[in-house]
Amino acid sequence: MTLLSVENLKKYYYSGVFNKKEIRAVDGVDIEIKSGRTLGLVGGSGCGKTTVARTILRLVEPTDGSIVFDGRDITKLRGREMKNLGREMQIIFQNPETSLNPRMKIYDAILEPLTIHKLCSADEENEKIHRLIEIVNLNKELLFRYPHELSGGQLQRVVIARILSLNPKFIVADEATSMLDPLVQAQILNLMKDLQEKLGISYLFISHDMDVVEWMSDEIAVMDKGKIVDWK
Amino acid sequence: MSLLKIQDLKVYFNARGKTVKANNGIDLEIRENEILGLIGETGCGKSILGRAIVGLLSDNVEIRGKIVYKNEDILDLSEDRLRKIRGKDIGIILQNPSAALNPVLSVGNQISEIYRYHENMGKKEARIRTAKMLEMVGIDPKRMHEYPHQFSGGMKQRVMIAMGLALNPGLLIADEPTKGLDPTTKDKIVDLICELVINRNMSLLLITHDLGVAEKMCDRVAVMYAGEIIEIATIENILSNPQHPYTQDLLNSRPKKGLKPTAGESPSLSSPPAGCKFHPRCRCVIGECPKTHPQMIETENGTSVRCFLYEDN
Repeated sequence: MTLLSVENLKKYYYSGVFNKKEIRAVDGVDIEIKSGRTLGLVGGSGCGKTTVARTILRLVEPTDGSIVFDGRDITKLRGREMKNLGREMQIIFQNPETSLNPRMKIYDAILEPLTIHKLCSADEENEKIHRLIEIVNLNKELLFRYPHELSGGQLQRVVIARILSLNPKFIVADEATSMLDPLVQAQILNLMKDLQEKLGISYLFISHDMDVVEWMSDEIAVMDKGKIVDWK
Repeated sequence: MSLLKIQDLKVYFNARGKTVKANNGIDLEIRENEILGLIGETGCGKSILGRAIVGLLSDNVEIRGKIVYKNEDILDLSEDRLRKIRGKDIGIILQNPSAALNPVLSVGNQISEIYRYHENMGKKEARIRTAKMLEMVGIDPKRMHEYPHQFSGGMKQRVMIAMGLALNPGLLIADEPTKGLDPTTKDKIVDLICELVINRNMSLLLITHDLGVAEKMCDRVAVMYAGEIIEIATIENILSNPQHPYTQDLLNSRPKKGLKPTAGESPSLSSPPAGCKFHPRCRCVIGECPKTHPQMIETENGTSVRCFLYEDN
């Protein structure tokens, strides 16, 4: 079953005051991701991989094109509908140190999405958080520490626990392991694959490490200069 | 012949009443015209070792042992003498060029500063030398008046290389020179460093956790774990016949080998486990491991390893 289908996605940026210069960051991209599958997206720096991901999540408004997620067009969603969409699609960023609030303890960071989406009552929260950190293999002693006290691999687990609290169907991993050393990278990637088997999550896996993408993905799209140039 | 010799180096930090043993008894030798790789996980003390060699550690640290460079012990030198050595005899390329470059000085200024201080050159002469350096690392010298934020990650890395090599040091330390770069840029930087180091008869200490880069560049590799060196061997031996279980795990964690991770996390440097520091995560623990701290043992073909498995042979 197709979970996400993107057609003719375009994102142009304009620079310059008098002579407007058009920068075509994404120039007509078509993508299809089936549920429970992984699409790998590779390409050099600045080829538009991240822009594609951000546009799909509507963190960036597309210039043109349609994004159909789970049977409905999400390109024009606003307000409450847009907020609810956040429950179904999520993103893991490259640098876990900058994706968590430095002044929030790990416990509160994992709780935050649950509160925003009103997914649990006060008496359930403790149990729910403990279950989440168990899924991502995180020591419960770390719950009352601050992000700077944790290692990169531990933080990336916290980020994943945060995301899983919402039960998303689709996760974008934007260079999620490129800052981590090889052993930790292997741990995180294995965790992501386990979660996919257990929970049927689909991934859009962005990376510039070809070996990692090959290992993770069912299909691979290669991007260059805002276009998809090859499918594998 | 050995260029730099480190003997029983201990670097301890005092943090909140705890002693963090970042380097705990390092013995290492860098030979002339050699590229030595230093690999290991995040937080195992690789960068601290690199910084200790050029005397760039902060004041709250306790250093013991010897770092001998050309018959001088770097740890005994005055700050004035160290300044003369840094850059001129031992160059360093720091991790994360975006943070290491000064954002309010133009790139050209930051390089010519080196010539002005060390060689007492005039402005004009320093500028000519800077232009030459930039050209050598593949940056258009016309861009020397630009600021770091106008450069891409790969170009900033090139600037750092130009700064490290500016005075032709005998030893260059490169701390994660390819971290966060995309594969094409990474290959270019690797080729550039190799070419320059070989052409100028330098030695290089390459600190990295990227095994692919180590494979391409290094003659020998030292593997670090929790502040100690646990295996030293030629790159061929490390890749074809790794001895220490940790080194074996490290190699198996590569995507080519099916991304098999080691369970658990690296120990904290303030309270490492007793005995062999790797034993809680190790697949082949034997009786001695949790009790006694293993010593470096030389096995056949020049590999040294810190593991009880190789004790009797």
